[in-house]
Parts: sequence; C-alpha cells; structure tokens
Amino acid sequence: MSTLTVEDLRIRFGDTVAVDGLSFALPAGGTLGIVGESGSGKSATALALLGLHTSATIEGRIGFGDLDLTGLDDKRWRRVRGARIAMVFQEPLTALSPFHTIGDQIAEVYRLHTGASRKAARQRAVEVLRQVHIPDPARRASNYPHQFSGGMRQRALIAMALACRPQLIVADEPTTALDVTVQAQILDLLDEVRETTGTALLLISHDLGVVAGSTDRVVVMRRGIAVEQGETAAVLGAPADAYTRELLQAAPHPTPPRQIAGEPLLRLCGVRKHFKQRRREPVKAVDDVSVDVRSGETLGIVGESGTGKTTLARLMTGLLTPSAGTITLDGVDIARRRGGSVQMVFQDPLSSLNPRRTIGESIADPLRLSGVRDPRPRVEDLLERVGLAHREYDRYPHQLSGGMRQRVGIARALAPHPRLIICDEPVSSLDVTTQAQVLALLEDLREELGLTMVFVSHDLAVLRQIADRVAVLADGRIVEIGDTAQVYAAPQHPYTKELLAAVPVADPAEARRLRALRRSLDPQPETTSPQR
Amino acid sequence: MIGYLVRRLGGAVLVLFGLSLLLYGLFYLAPSDPAILTCGKGCTPDRLAEVRHAMGVDEPAATQYAHFVRGLVGGRDYPAGPATRHCPAPCLGYSFETDQPVTRLLLDRLPVSASLALGAEVLALTAGIGAGVLSGLHRYRWLDRIVNGLVLAGYAVPVFLVGLLLLLLFCVQLQWLPFPSYVPLTTDPLAWAQNLLLPWVALAVIQTAAYARLTRAGIQETLAEEHIRTARAYGLPERRIIWRRALRGALLPLVTLTAIDLAAVMTSAVLTETMFGLPGVGQLLVGAVNQIDLPVVVGVTLLAGLLIVAANTVADLLYRAVDPRVELR
Repeated sequence: MSTLTVEDLRIRFGDTVAVDGLSFALPAGGTLGIVGESGSGKSATALALLGLHTSATIEGRIGFGDLDLTGLDDKRWRRVRGARIAMVFQEPLTALSPFHTIGDQIAEVYRLHTGASRKAARQRAVEVLRQVHIPDPARRASNYPHQFSGGMRQRALIAMALACRPQLIVADEPTTALDVTVQAQILDLLDEVRETTGTALLLISHDLGVVAGSTDRVVVMRRGIAVEQGETAAVLGAPADAYTRELLQAAPHPTPPRQIAGEPLLRLCGVRKHFKQRRREPVKAVDDVSVDVRSGETLGIVGESGTGKTTLARLMTGLLTPSAGTITLDGVDIARRRGGSVQMVFQDPLSSLNPRRTIGESIADPLRLSGVRDPRPRVEDLLERVGLAHREYDRYPHQLSGGMRQRVGIARALAPHPRLIICDEPVSSLDVTTQAQVLALLEDLREELGLTMVFVSHDLAVLRQIADRVAVLADGRIVEIGDTAQVYAAPQHPYTKELLAAVPVADPAEARRLRALRRSLDPQPETTSPQR
Repeated sequence: MIGYLVRRLGGAVLVLFGLSLLLYGLFYLAPSDPAILTCGKGCTPDRLAEVRHAMGVDEPAATQYAHFVRGLVGGRDYPAGPATRHCPAPCLGYSFETDQPVTRLLLDRLPVSASLALGAEVLALTAGIGAGVLSGLHRYRWLDRIVNGLVLAGYAVPVFLVGLLLLLLFCVQLQWLPFPSYVPLTTDPLAWAQNLLLPWVALAVIQTAAYARLTRAGIQETLAEEHIRTARAYGLPERRIIWRRALRGALLPLVTLTAIDLAAVMTSAVLTETMFGLPGVGQLLVGAVNQIDLPVVVGVTLLAGLLIVAANTVADLLYRAVDPRVELR
C-alpha cells in the first residue's frame, strides 16, 4: 500500500505555475527521489506535502494513508506535521531556533504531538540524538545549535524528524550546504534510519548523484513538469527523456589529461597565514604551503570548508599578505605586483558585484584603473566573448540569472589582460547545466588566451574535468599533489581516499559500491564544534 | 563572565576619568570666572580674591583637579569665611550657589529622575512592543497602518504639547488627578504613582514610537527566518511560534536601546521635569548651567557617564541571557 499518492498536483502562485500535473506514488517504507534544477518546482512540491504554502493555489490530490491532505484545515494539518510527515530542511545553520537548546526543540515537538511528560520527552530527545550518532547525546542535548557543526546540526534535524516516528520523511536538499564527506555521512544516515525505522523517504535534490545511491524510484522535474519517472537504475542508466540525458551529460566528466611542463609562473614557498585571536591560539588557516603553478596549466585545489582554500586563493592574488613565506609571480614578490596580471573570479557572483552599478560599469572599473579612457567598446567585446549580448552593459546584477552573473564575473577578471586567473568555487552556486556551460567557457578562454588557472573547489568531480594537477588541502596543508588522473586513480593520503569515496555519483550501482566502501573505511562522524 | 565584569569596571573607571579630565579642561580653563557671579554685586577685588580662595579656583588647574580627585576619595573642606564647609566623600565638589555638596544635590534628585525614567520606560515598552507585534503581524493591512500612524503621531508631537494637553484634560477639566508634585515612593506608593502618571505618559508617548518600529521590523524579520518555517513544519501552533520564537529574536535590539534610553532619560528629561514640576536631575543641570554652577555641571555629567556605562553593561548581560550565541569577553 502506498504511504503517499500524489495525483495531478498543480501549484500556482498568482499567474505563475510552479508545478503542473505532477503524479507519483511512494510505498510505505520506500524511497523516492525528485530531481530538478532551480525553478523546477521540486521545493514547492515538498512544501505542499506539509501544507506550508501561504499564498499558493493548490489543486489535485495528495493522498497520505487514508487522508486527503489537500482538504485539511489548519488544526488537522498541525496533527500531521512533524507527527506523521516530518521535514528535513536544507540549511541546518538556520533551520533550528538559535534561542533554544537542541534537546528542548526536539522535546517540544515530541510533547506537542504525544502529550508526553517533560521527562519522557527529554528522554526521547536523547534517544533520537543517539540514533543519529551524536556522541554523548545526553550532554549534547543541552547544547545550542551554534555549538554544533554543520553536519551535527543536520543530524539533529534528522533526529527531530524521527522523534514522533513519522511514516514519511521529506528531505529537501538535505546535504546541499554540507561538505562532501559530511554529505556522504548524512546520506548514509538517512539510508540507515529508513532501514531501522521503516519510514518512507522522499529525497529532493538538484544532484543526480545524491539521488542515485539513496532512492529506489526517481522523478525528474523541469519547469513544474515531471519529464520522466521510474526505477532509479533505469532512469539514470537509460534515460528516455532528452532533458534527463542533458542533466546526466552536464554532470562533470573526466577529460583526457594534459601534461603541462611549463615554467613555474606563480611560486609559493613556505607560505603561512595565521589569524590572531584574542586570548586564543591563532587560527592557522594556511600552514606551510609550497607549490608551483606552472605556466599554462590549470591547478586544482580541493578541500572542504575550513581547510584554508579561500585564504590560499586570496594569498595568491595578493589580497592577503602571508604571515611567513614568499609568493612570487615570475620572480617578483606578489605584493609589489602592479597591473592586472593576476585576477580572481569569486564564488557568489551576486554578492561580488555592486548591486547599484550596471554590470558594464563593474567590468569597466579595472580598465579605468589601468588608464583606459573609453572602456565601453572593450567591455562590450568582453561581454560577447563570455557569451552575453553587448546590450547587457546597462543592466544591473539582479536582472541577470546566476549563470549570466558568473559570466560577468569572468569578463571582469579578463578585462585587464591577466596571465593568471584564480577561481574560487566559481560554479558552486550554479545549476548543473549552467555549471557545465561556465566550465566549458573557462576551458575555451584558457585555450584561446593562453591563461594559467588556479581552480579552487570542494567539488572533486568538477576538478577532475578541468584540472591538470590537483592539490588536496587539509587543515591548511597540502597533503597530496599530483597529476589529476593519478590522484583520482590511486590516491595516497587517507584523507584523499575518504574524499573520493564520498563523491556522489549518478550511477546507482557505483553509488552502492561507494557506500559499502565508506562503511569499510569507517570514517568517524565528525565530533568537533564549528570553528566560527 | 567575572573577567568580563572586571574589564567592564576597569573600562568604566577609565571613561569617567577621561570624562572628568575633559570637563575640567572645558569648564575650569574657560574664560568665565564663577567667583565673580558668587561674589555678586558690589564686589571688591579683595572680596573676590577671598571668594576665589574659598571656592578653590585660585590655584593652578592641575592642582584643582588633584583636589577634586582627592575629594572624591576622602572628602574635602572648603574654607569659606568663618565657617568651614565640609563636603564628605565621595565629594564631587561644592555648589556655592545652593550652599550644598554636589553629591548631596544629586542624591536628592536621582530618586525623582529614576522614578520618572523607570515608569516611563515600562509604559513605553509595554505599549511599543504591543503595537509593534500588532502591526508586525498585520503588515500593510489597515490595523498596521492605524497603529503605525498613531505611534508616529505621538513621536512627532513635542513633549510639552502632550504634557500641557494631559494636564489640561486630567487635572483641569476632569480633575481626576492632582497637579503633579513629587511624593517619594517610600512615603506613599499610591500617591507616588498618581503624581507620576501624567509625566510617565508624556514621556512614553515619544519613546513608544521607536520601540514599536523596532519590534515591527524585528517580528517581520524573525518570522521570515528558516527556523520559523521549521517550527511550522513540525506542527507548532502559530501563537506559540510568535510568542516563544519570533518575539525573542525581535526583542534583541530593544534590549540595548532600552538600557541606554533609561540612562539618558534619567539625566536629560528636562522638559518633562519642568512642565510637571518634578525636581529631577535634568532640572538641576539646566539651573546649574544658567548659574554657571560648574561643580554641579561636572557632577551631573559624570553621573550621566556613569549611568550610560552601567546601562550598557546591564544591556550586555541581558543580551547574553536572551541570545545564547553571544559571548561576553
């Protein structure tokens, strides 16, 4: 029997149709994935399952057990929410109340739905925290969310979902904000929880790799329409729909390696960057890094959050000065460099562009600095070169899509004719098809302009496609560096092995193999508190 | 925590020290001579010198300041003619205009100002938070517009106008309340509250606006946060979400503002004090400025500094109590 039956679901916001005629069924204890890019209607669907839309018109039928959820009033909705359907949200940082302890928040939900005593609710909170492998749960239940790391917060949220023993857990992008190894742990945990408690799981993600290893069935959505659905193995193995194929192809794929034996362009020698703190040990963000960036190559730098990769990128551009060691470009200290020979492309193109200036003006700035009187023609050339129309000159950042904004970021970096471009997570906030386009653009530009690139990312799959060599960063140090093919095929350092085993892959069989591999590697769930 | 308080105390001492130095620099080195005023009409040069000596203003500025600091710690005697005037520690100076030690003057006036400020803040907070929650929950609807309009109107009307209208209505027309005069809380609590009711309302009318606006913005902001969505997704009733979750976030900025307002009102509610005939610190200051009674000006300013520092410390501690993410250091 099906736990959840969605029939011809339509969600409209005014005149905008977010979901159009979606139907699927999820059997008791089963798993279903919904995959789609931003704007596909997948999150709108999730919110509709809990009746959380305030201004949407919802038509169709959402059958849950013997209930039709579409007709519920507020009071009856509250008896379903958290008790029978529980939701796990994307941002573990903000999804929990900062003012209440983790234990109190879980206990509050449990008491609300079961009428249990304070003591019993507290016990249940500790019990579910133990179930999601929070170490020392009785003590940790008294912690506030800010005392938990990102992965632990997401575990706590899953514990909250489990508290009332729901028949269905809806997880909306549960791992998107997390590091790759933590993401693997959380996905493994959801899988384990489903097996031990018998709850059904609806997993929503933009990442085919996330869905591949964790679901039996999958629905692929695009602009509110389910373009394809079926067994996960069948859909991802032999997609029938053109869009599904496009998604699969857009996922980064290994490219034949290039051997670049150029002269060192940028040399880092014993570079350290320590940030002083009041009455505490300094933070060693970058700790004794020596590396050469060869002329013409793309050096990938991979690391999880807090490993110092952004600090390293900023050191390389001269935005930060190292506490010790030297950084030279062509033999000249980077701090004394003049002109625009090193440029940076930032992660979030929206916040790295001035919202009150047109994009053309933003791109023209570095040109004006170098003394160009009338930069407009050159800016228009650059806009066309990165795949935008020259009339975009007069538009503002908020009028562009994410992919277009990142193209603007690239054009701005190219403006002063750089030799070296440092890209800090340039495609992390983009949809997979847009990501593929931006990566292709970067590769084209590198060829055409003979650029040297440093590509900083947490995403091993992206680096495998674009980088010639890869340096693995952990705790501010390079633990492994080598040719991309070699590092991926035969990782030497245990941390590299752990990282590689955690990468989500779109092939369901391979995903299961990796899950088994992770269990054999047995990475300890992270227990540290967040650093910031 | 202890370390924080010790550092704060040290900071307070430094602030007050710097403030007193600055005041001495400004007032005692200024060209106007307070002794001439004290000496009065028909002053002879001999008499003036005598007065100057009695007031201690004939000595170099540095010595004067040293006397001031010593007086703070151990008290001080002023040789004024046949009778010596004693100013016990902590001596902030001696007001020759009123023939009283400044400390005494301040201690007499402070309870009046504190009564006024505390009552007004309680009223303003109650009304402000209430109005803010109402309009925050009914954003851009008629209730929000009405509440907002009223609150802003109160803010825009000058305090003396509000005060006069209140006096006219309640004391003259309706005769529900006596014309305000200060009755100490310890003497008769009921009379204390009755007499202070109108001044409280007059002051609160202004303060309410800021609190209502802050609460309104805070409620809207917190309700849009993701943890509120989580609370809804787990079936928490809306009322509990508003009072337990949203209001807590919304009140954070209010904590700091209220503490500083409290300290400010205690020393600067001159208009209200004058209008309702309350012998408070604000009145004392204005009188002292008019009389060039410099020791009193110095005393009131130092008191204001002390209150602000103390209020900030209390605000920090409260902030820490409301928001566990805050670290005091």
